Amino acid sequence: MEFRDVWAIAYKDLRIELRSRVLTNQIAPYTLLIVVLFGFALDADTRTLRDTGPGLFWVAVLLIALLAIHRAVKIENDDGARERILLTPVSPSSVFLGKSLALCIQLFVLEILLFFVMLALFDLSVDKPLLICLSAVLATIGVATAGTLYGVITDGVGVRETLLPILLLPVLAPIAIGATRAFGDAFGRVDTDGWAWFGLLAVFAVVYTVLGMFAYGQLMEDA
Amino acid sequence: MLKLNSVIDLQEAVVLLGQFPALAGTTLKVSEGEIVIVRGANGAGKSTLLRLCAGLLPIREGSATVLGKNLRESRRAIRPDVGLMGHLSGLYEDLTVEENVTFWGSMVRATSHEVREAMKFMGLDGRLRDVLVRQLSAGQRRRTSFASLIIQRPSLWLLDEPHAALDSEGRALVDCLIDEAAQSGATILLVSHAPIELDGPSQRVVTLAGGRIVSDSLNKGSSDGIS
Repeated sequence: MEFRDVWAIAYKDLRIELRSRVLTNQIAPYTLLIVVLFGFALDADTRTLRDTGPGLFWVAVLLIALLAIHRAVKIENDDGARERILLTPVSPSSVFLGKSLALCIQLFVLEILLFFVMLALFDLSVDKPLLICLSAVLATIGVATAGTLYGVITDGVGVRETLLPILLLPVLAPIAIGATRAFGDAFGRVDTDGWAWFGLLAVFAVVYTVLGMFAYGQLMEDA
Repeated sequence: MLKLNSVIDLQEAVVLLGQFPALAGTTLKVSEGEIVIVRGANGAGKSTLLRLCAGLLPIREGSATVLGKNLRESRRAIRPDVGLMGHLSGLYEDLTVEENVTFWGSMVRATSHEVREAMKFMGLDGRLRDVLVRQLSAGQRRRTSFASLIIQRPSLWLLDEPHAALDSEGRALVDCLIDEAAQSGATILLVSHAPIELDGPSQRVVTLAGGRIVSDSLNKGSSDGIS
């Protein structure tokens, strides 16, 4: 595995997303829509919104992650690029890390947008900013690596759009729970040790990254 | 470039696509530097033959050795030395021509000089350089795909209908590219229904039918072409 391959693949994916503007013109508005709809659904009860804010944040992140993962798989399949990558000397772990890195960066951008919108709409205040930042980083790594892995598992299956959420969301549930608890503590909404949940997020981020680096090559072959 | 006598050696090779035997006992030997043209009706197994030789499909029965490697044991090992041009271009639609060729160049450790030369050879160094692939015609995509293939410097070229969508100038360019590759010692296995005009060594024409090779003949390369 070489870092320049990882960066070349991530840079390529990011450039495609910037150019296609799917992230800015479709996924970002979708993110905002989710938050506003949550607000309407909870009847603008600010106390309820503040209490459920951390959970709503991560449910929204999982929903937008599904779209971003679907995009990441699609750009490789549209004109046979996935097969062409198999014919290069680049290691599958580099491909996995490159695609995960690009997905991470896209999700971070959307999370930052989502975070400030929720702060404003839900009237949330941050007690532990460091816990928020570090938990978001680890949870995003977990979501991106698991998403990249499951994206290639469902690659080549005709019903990928529906199969991906069915397979991926149960796998991401522990990350969503851990990140929600850590955010709840950081927002001062739940009486729990957010750093313990942060530890759980670290475990999942490491497990999915290592698993992906080893399994991605075979999964690409089988796709 | 690898120096081998037999670059492709298939013995009674069987490849299944699902339950269907796309290759049903194919025997083929191709030597280094040879140009072999594969003909056959639709569904005869031509594309499957190329994909087997690229190490992209597993062999079910028989034996297959490509570039000195047994495909049963090490399909992945041959891939960096194989250049496959399939029906799909392998390009990213939201990248420009230059970005695509540069990306594929970085994947095979090509220098920026090699990238520029490949683009120049395929006539992509002018106004097409900064055009998005999604805005290209089919023939221009084919040229871009060829530029990405040239920088790979493969020992074995596997070309599936390389002239598809190309105009007469583009076809001549591809024929010239095949000639140059063969003269530099590369081996070429190409599927084509179109006449091919090569000046280089003699070319073999093999015909596939029902997943088996039914004829194998030698043609002297000439400017008259083979049709």
